[in-house]
Amino acid sequence: MNQYLRALSATEQVGAMFIFVFGCMAVAGVVLLFLSIREHPEGAAEDMRRQRLARASGIMRTSWVMVIVFWISWLSGDVVATVLFGLLSFFALREFMTLSPTRRGDHRSLVLAFFLILPLQYVLVGTQQFDLFTVFIPVYVFLAIPVVSALANDPHRFLERNAKLQWGIMVCIYGMSHVPALLLLDFPKYRGRGAFLVFFLVLVVQTCMVVQYVAARRLQRPPSASAISSSFNWTSWWVGVGVASLLGGLLAGITPFQPGQALVLAFVACVAGSLGHLVMKAIKRDRGIPTWGQQGDGVTGAGGLLDRVDALCFAAPVFFHSVRALFNL
Amino acid sequence: MRAKLMGLFLLGLIRLLTGSQARWVGCPPKAEQRIYFANHQSHADLLLIWAALPRVLRTLTRPIAARDYWTRTPFRQWITTEVFNAIYVSRERTADEDPLAPLVQALDAGDSIILFPEGTRGYAEEPQEFKAGLYNLALRFPQVVLVPAWINNVQRVMPKGEVVPVPVLCSVTFGAPVQLRGGEPRREFLDRARHAVMALRDV
Repeated sequence: MNQYLRALSATEQVGAMFIFVFGCMAVAGVVLLFLSIREHPEGAAEDMRRQRLARASGIMRTSWVMVIVFWISWLSGDVVATVLFGLLSFFALREFMTLSPTRRGDHRSLVLAFFLILPLQYVLVGTQQFDLFTVFIPVYVFLAIPVVSALANDPHRFLERNAKLQWGIMVCIYGMSHVPALLLLDFPKYRGRGAFLVFFLVLVVQTCMVVQYVAARRLQRPPSASAISSSFNWTSWWVGVGVASLLGGLLAGITPFQPGQALVLAFVACVAGSLGHLVMKAIKRDRGIPTWGQQGDGVTGAGGLLDRVDALCFAAPVFFHSVRALFNL
Repeated sequence: MRAKLMGLFLLGLIRLLTGSQARWVGCPPKAEQRIYFANHQSHADLLLIWAALPRVLRTLTRPIAARDYWTRTPFRQWITTEVFNAIYVSRERTADEDPLAPLVQALDAGDSIILFPEGTRGYAEEPQEFKAGLYNLALRFPQVVLVPAWINNVQRVMPKGEVVPVPVLCSVTFGAPVQLRGGEPRREFLDRARHAVMALRDV
């Protein structure tokens, strides 16, 4: 089996990976379907079960959308993939800015962020200018945004407003743009297999989040930061990160890494992702909202996008830089 | 054909920028004759309500445009007549002309309309006092359902004096219909309607 897979070309291998992922999701969907039609006595326990099922199918729907997005982006090449992630950035930043009150004086800075910085960052990714790409936002944009804001002539809460803008740009544009950058990273003897790196990162980080969530429910430890998250505690955090890192080590075969390297890189990505998720939760608490979507259910489908991708936005830059440092790319 | 394409383009643009989310809290979207009345803070208000309505209702519902501004160039006239099917009203009052006449005509023909009873755009947190037009129309057309709506966040998309819009999620909340009670004084009804709009802010 292993040798058969190794004999395939890069394209065939990635195709096989997608078949595997779609297969897993189809199985999960069938299991969910059976769970939902099984009869149970009515009561409070049944209502709880229904709610859990509804949440699970919500997660399933998002996963399907995400996987199909990845699949289409791989099918249609690097340019489309970069544009797709650019759109994800756009929607995430839109959510972030909606819930971070800005003043009229911030209008020009917002225009700059959405229509100049965002496209430019993705052009830098697409043209693989990775040195400029990694400093463009932290150095140049960091300076440009407050200049535009200052010229708007409104000193009211100046530092706070600029911090919000910088944060939105850092998380939603800078963080997210590192995912397509992974696709384009040029490994020796690993051409055309960038999709595996993205798959590795997403799978490992998502596994970490899910295991951590399940462990927190089962272990019932007191929360470590109760004012911010009712579920976060160090025990279940270690369980989540540990399981996901081991999975990363096992997946070394699909990456250019040795098993030990894969384990360490998975560990780094999981630490960044899960703690980033906690930080985003703290921002949500500060704003007094449960999710980044609009209040109520997001009819547009865009609601709550940032809730799903925030861990990835924090994990991707750290993972990207560790990989580059490790391999001198 | 061109008007249809323009409509689709505007719809796509407004959805990309604002999400144009409709929240039907007090009544379902329904093809009955209605007057939607809402707070008015930005030029984009009209576009947002228009985009938030389901497609079937969009063709039955006519916005209102100021005649002097929207007929000045051929393009403006084309977009208001062909794309929005707007009703033109004149802003300056002449003695012999009833400013509501075009609206009465449209309601007689069975169309639904979108009305901003404040008359002009406000920049305060709360909407200004409502003008009498809503009352007069309610009196004249008791069978038309009056639906209050609150437009949220649009002023952030395009503040006064700016040209480029910024993407921010917006929503339109439609509330329970308001009815004119028998013998209700004008001011009382207008205040009640205004509070019905404001109450939707926190739903």
